[in-house]
Amino acid sequence: MLELHDVEVYYGSIRALKDVSLAVAEGELVTLIGSNGAGKSTTLKAISGLLRPRVGRVQYRGQPIDRLPPHQIVALGISHCPEGRHIFGRLTVAENLRLGAVQRRDPDGIRQDRERVYELFPVLKERSRQLAGTLSGGEQQMLAIGRALMSRPKLLLLDEPSLGLAPLLLAAIFDTIQQLKRAGTTILLVEQNARLALEIADRGYVMETGRITLAGTAAELKANPQVEHTYLGT
Amino acid sequence: MTDLRRAAGPLAAILGLVIVLALLQASGLAYWQGLFINLGIFLILVLSLNLSSGFTGVFSLGHIGFMALGAYGSAILTLPLREKQEYLPNLPAGLAGVHFDFHLGPFPLGFLLATLVAAVLVALVALLVGLVLMRLSGHFVAVATLGFLVIVRVILFNADHFTRGSRTFSNVTPYTDLWWVWAWALVVLYVVRRIKRSPFGRAMLAQREDRWAAQSIGIAVMPPRLLAFVVSAFFTAVAGSLYAHFITSFSPTVFYFDLTFRVITMLVVGGMGSVSGSVIGTVLVVGLAEALRRIEDATLLYGMSQIILAVIFILIIVFRREGLLGQREIALDRLFVKGGEPSS
Amino acid sequence: MLLYVTQQFVNALSLGSLYALMAVGLAMVFGILRLINFAHGDLMMVAAYFAAFALFANLPLGLALVLMIGGTMGVGLLMERVAYRPIRGAPDVAALLTSFAVGQILQNGTLLFTRLIQKPIQIAFPSPELLNGVIAFGPVTVPRLNIVSLVTGVILLVLLSLFVTRTTLGLSMRAAAEDLSAAQLMGIDINRVIATAFAIGSGLAAVAGLLFAVQAGQINPYMGFTPVLKAFIAAVIGGFGSIAGAVVGGYVLGGLEVFLTAIPGIGDILPAGFVSPEVQAFLKQWLPASLTSYRDAFVFVALILVLLFRPNGILRRREREEMQ
Repeated sequence: MLELHDVEVYYGSIRALKDVSLAVAEGELVTLIGSNGAGKSTTLKAISGLLRPRVGRVQYRGQPIDRLPPHQIVALGISHCPEGRHIFGRLTVAENLRLGAVQRRDPDGIRQDRERVYELFPVLKERSRQLAGTLSGGEQQMLAIGRALMSRPKLLLLDEPSLGLAPLLLAAIFDTIQQLKRAGTTILLVEQNARLALEIADRGYVMETGRITLAGTAAELKANPQVEHTYLGT
Repeated sequence: MTDLRRAAGPLAAILGLVIVLALLQASGLAYWQGLFINLGIFLILVLSLNLSSGFTGVFSLGHIGFMALGAYGSAILTLPLREKQEYLPNLPAGLAGVHFDFHLGPFPLGFLLATLVAAVLVALVALLVGLVLMRLSGHFVAVATLGFLVIVRVILFNADHFTRGSRTFSNVTPYTDLWWVWAWALVVLYVVRRIKRSPFGRAMLAQREDRWAAQSIGIAVMPPRLLAFVVSAFFTAVAGSLYAHFITSFSPTVFYFDLTFRVITMLVVGGMGSVSGSVIGTVLVVGLAEALRRIEDATLLYGMSQIILAVIFILIIVFRREGLLGQREIALDRLFVKGGEPSS
Repeated sequence: MLLYVTQQFVNALSLGSLYALMAVGLAMVFGILRLINFAHGDLMMVAAYFAAFALFANLPLGLALVLMIGGTMGVGLLMERVAYRPIRGAPDVAALLTSFAVGQILQNGTLLFTRLIQKPIQIAFPSPELLNGVIAFGPVTVPRLNIVSLVTGVILLVLLSLFVTRTTLGLSMRAAAEDLSAAQLMGIDINRVIATAFAIGSGLAAVAGLLFAVQAGQINPYMGFTPVLKAFIAAVIGGFGSIAGAVVGGYVLGGLEVFLTAIPGIGDILPAGFVSPEVQAFLKQWLPASLTSYRDAFVFVALILVLLFRPNGILRRREREEMQ
């Protein structure tokens, strides 16, 4: 479904990604793990169109998307839930969710999906009229994911959903992610918390300083001694 | 030996300049003399602005306010006593008695002193302004300094005991000539170049990879930056004095936005952070503006020259934001030296 | 006395409406793009010229208004497309300077145009009858223009606020103003949003331009410069980037200006005996007879004070990180 071939991305004159190639098949949950600054978020941005690769191709269902502006990429069914949530704090929870569906023209479908998000995250329904900035960290993360779901994406890019969350919430969120996968959404998950990520992923890639250094199934990666040592802390 | 060779380049340039000036002076061609004087004054303005904005990245849009203060200040000082009494009858007692119109032999010492005194006073004002405004950053400091420009203008319009308000301030003795202007220009060139090469200068420039990324930088934190601002205000005031004694009559409307924009254009064209760039930018823009002005006079299409200059400005910002030279310099001191380190 | 205060109050509100209309346009563009568009004042000037020439051609008022607003919006959109879009992402100072260049082009373009059609630089503005004269409310007489300014301003601002809060496009604009890249990830076409901001801002500036022109009685190519500075100050006072703030700032500034114009000079208001006669004479000699002449300077001092001590505007209490 999604393919990256030899992607290079620059921030000004600094190269952030080199030779990044990966693939995500439909229905899979693939994870991208690595330490801070490894380039994982940059990779997602290159897919969603916030950054343009200087070299290489990004293909979605066979179609090249690396030259498209972000809003057209969203229209193709890719939704990017960015690192640090980036919810619109000055807007209400309901307005945030509404924005997730801003490209859609089917009010009934939108309402349906909104109800589904509220089912998934009941606390959002409680706070639907509150300003999103007043929500707690965990609630904001739920809002961010819910918002990303409002576009009924076929491919969901999740960036560090575990950031700043208490362990109890972590379990809930990752549970939710698994639910989404089972419901048929393809997911590319960027995570610093490698343990949790490999728990629920089918396959994974390891990134270091802008390059992919390891690839394999989740089981393979979990068993890999290097991965164990560096990222799983054992 | 290398020192001598390194000095040879700049010395040759200076010699060349002196010859050109001497020829101009002797030729009696008032038009070309005037043009070169204008060129020199603009060069001082651009270099000063470069020092304050191009190096520090904190953009001062109000610098012409310092020029205005320097112009009025020095002109008031050099007015001969009798003229002062007739022309500015309401000056406070202390000032009314001062007249810097004395000479030392043929040398107009009074003019030099008046210029220096005015410039020092302006520098003090700049110190205050700098302390207050430089806590801001990015476009907010730019607009606040624009506010300074407006405030100066309003004050000049209203303090008519000193400035004759909106009426033209004339009868200024025409002390300024080619030699004065270019002597000062060389001084400023030297000072700014030295500052750029100094550890402090290098640090300022190296700290930012992008000349224009001024958002994150405030000046008050670093006294050296404040110093650059004050020094640049000093020289801008000098330019004001030179201008006042060249044009001999002016009013507050001169020192406002059009002039500000023209100086900024020269700075941007040449490249912020480059001394040679300022020279080139000034020469190009003054030359172009003059050529366009003559076309305007001929075709009566007034306003066209400003439009063209503004379009050029936009083109440079869009396509070559660092200007013609960016931060690089034309290394005069390598002209006669083979190999060796590149100067910066 | 009460009469005087009432009249000044209405003056303040009507001037405030003008400033609010201008400030909102600036704030909308700044909110999304972080661009201070100093050519905004020249949009106002261009509108006045459109209106003037439409009225000179004896077009009916309604048509003249449509031409004025449409023409100004066109100029605003062109400005965005040609000068600002290519430099999106550039540091703020570059964009600000570019806006000055755009202003120069508009001013001198208008100058050139008036030359070519052989009109003078300063043209008397053909005020429509509707806006002339006074209306009497009992003992209070108020210029009709002030009432129209006030009412028009309020109506437009209410419409704008409805647009911004109730429509999807308005919601998109608010989102874009808060976090541009997150808005992009929602699928919002930011080019469209930005164009809308420019169009609306230009339209509001056009209305303000017409009202200013009627008030001043004449138009010239440079008439936009001071208003845009004032509009900027208004927007900053209210908290730059926020539309509500711009509105508040506009009215505060209007009030401040009328206040400064209306109060007598300091030398006169000190009560007798408070200071010695010599000091009083000194003050009378050296301070302005009224604060009017220094009004513009005071307004800028107010700006600088706000920038220093309340950079988020007098309304905001919370830190607004996105403004950095």
